[in-house]
Amino acid sequence: MLELRDITAGYEPGRPVLRDVSLTVGDGEAVGLLGPSGCGKSTLARVAALLHRPTAGTVLLDGEPAHGWRHRAPRGQRTAVGVVFQQPRQSADPRLTLHDVIAEPLRATGRRAEAPARVAGLAATTGLTDDLLTRRPHQVSDGQLQRACLARALALRPRLLICDEMTAMLDASTTAALVGVLEAYRAETGAAVLAVSHDPVLLNRWCDRVVRWDDITRGTTASDRPHPL
Amino acid sequence: MADTTWRTRASGTRPVRTAAGATVLAAVVLAAVLVPWLAPVDDQAVDLGAKLLPPTWAHPFGTDEVGRDLLLRTAHGLRVSLLAGVVAALAATVVGTTVGGLAGALGGWTDRLVMRGVDLFSSVPHLLFGIVVVALLRPGTGPVIASVALTHWVSTARIVRAELLSLRTRPYVDAAISGGATRLRVAVRHLLPAVLPQAGLAAVLMVPHAIWHESALSFLGLGLPAHAASLGTMVNSARGSLLAGQWWPTLFPGLFIIVPTLAVAALAAAWRERLDPRGRPEPAL
Repeated sequence: MLELRDITAGYEPGRPVLRDVSLTVGDGEAVGLLGPSGCGKSTLARVAALLHRPTAGTVLLDGEPAHGWRHRAPRGQRTAVGVVFQQPRQSADPRLTLHDVIAEPLRATGRRAEAPARVAGLAATTGLTDDLLTRRPHQVSDGQLQRACLARALALRPRLLICDEMTAMLDASTTAALVGVLEAYRAETGAAVLAVSHDPVLLNRWCDRVVRWDDITRGTTASDRPHPL
Repeated sequence: MADTTWRTRASGTRPVRTAAGATVLAAVVLAAVLVPWLAPVDDQAVDLGAKLLPPTWAHPFGTDEVGRDLLLRTAHGLRVSLLAGVVAALAATVVGTTVGGLAGALGGWTDRLVMRGVDLFSSVPHLLFGIVVVALLRPGTGPVIASVALTHWVSTARIVRAELLSLRTRPYVDAAISGGATRLRVAVRHLLPAVLPQAGLAAVLMVPHAIWHESALSFLGLGLPAHAASLGTMVNSARGSLLAGQWWPTLFPGLFIIVPTLAVAALAAAWRERLDPRGRPEPAL
């Protein structure tokens, strides 16, 4: 499903955050990526979702090498991957209601007509009430907002889900609920998951296979250098 | 519902200042509209027998050096100033938002090129550049508006670009891209609604400034033709009589340059506090 080959990426020229990282996620496989804070996991997740252009290396989705990034990536490749970010506050447009947040991918891809039914279905599976759907992000809790962000990621029925510290901000019961939703989706569709976290207990319970950051990278990374602050 | 809680943190005097600004502005606008309408007398009518009369009941603002009624001329001038101020501020905001929007949304080389152009623009003193623009065109309201608009879009472009640069890196924009949104969709759905309040505030803040520029250009004899009633031309032609002790031809037009600009500035300051409640309150001129 996803193959990352020798990825080197960073935000400033000459200062890679991660170097020569290789990782494979098979069809329908749930892979956990375990690494310390600040090692470059999130950057790798953004590269895998075609949201950040690596300085070197290849990203293959279904054996197809990715050439464009962000808007330049073909829409089919972009929407095959669903992303859930760490901070729900930052990941939802503060001006939209939760209903609009979840419906946005369907509207953006010209499937407006499907939106009401799909949003209702997703709200039911993620445990969002009708009242919550009419609220804006500042009127709901982090956990409720992250449920909406997960629903948004599932809206286009992606074949791979990338969860970047999806549950780091949440309490145990919400974590269990969100992982449960994802597992149900996997069981139903056979989608693959790349779960990035620093929590070995969670990843070991959730994923088929857990890889450690140090095992997939060669060379120095951000965590090896003295912290700039 | 909780959706008004964050708005209730108004600082103590804000409602008062808002009300005062709105009342004064409404009164001034009403005067500019109603006075010429209620007194359909030609404001150009010369009456040399009644020149430089001090304020009386017949002429509440007095008369000027050729006997024209100053109340009537001030109201006419106010019309021109308010219209020019608002239209010029709007035009400058549209230009600035477009330029800043292109630079911020496209980034890369477009951004660098456009922003160097903006630097070039802001390196020229803007009153000087405005004078060049009106000097190239015929005297009239249109050229004055063009001159103010062409010299005042720079700050708005900077504000809009800076806001966009910060917005572009938000995870919700990433999520939209991942959800298949086109550039246009991201711009219209997520970026523009976030930038518009800032651009709108910049436009309101620019209105007083634009009024002053219109007056300054007219005062310098470059704006409206000398016979047309404009607050700037009136202050200019009153200079001679001020030295002779006749204060009213300068005071009343001058007052009506200052009062509406202060009223707009008070409203803009209140709006800015609402957008950014933690910012320092300061006069917005």
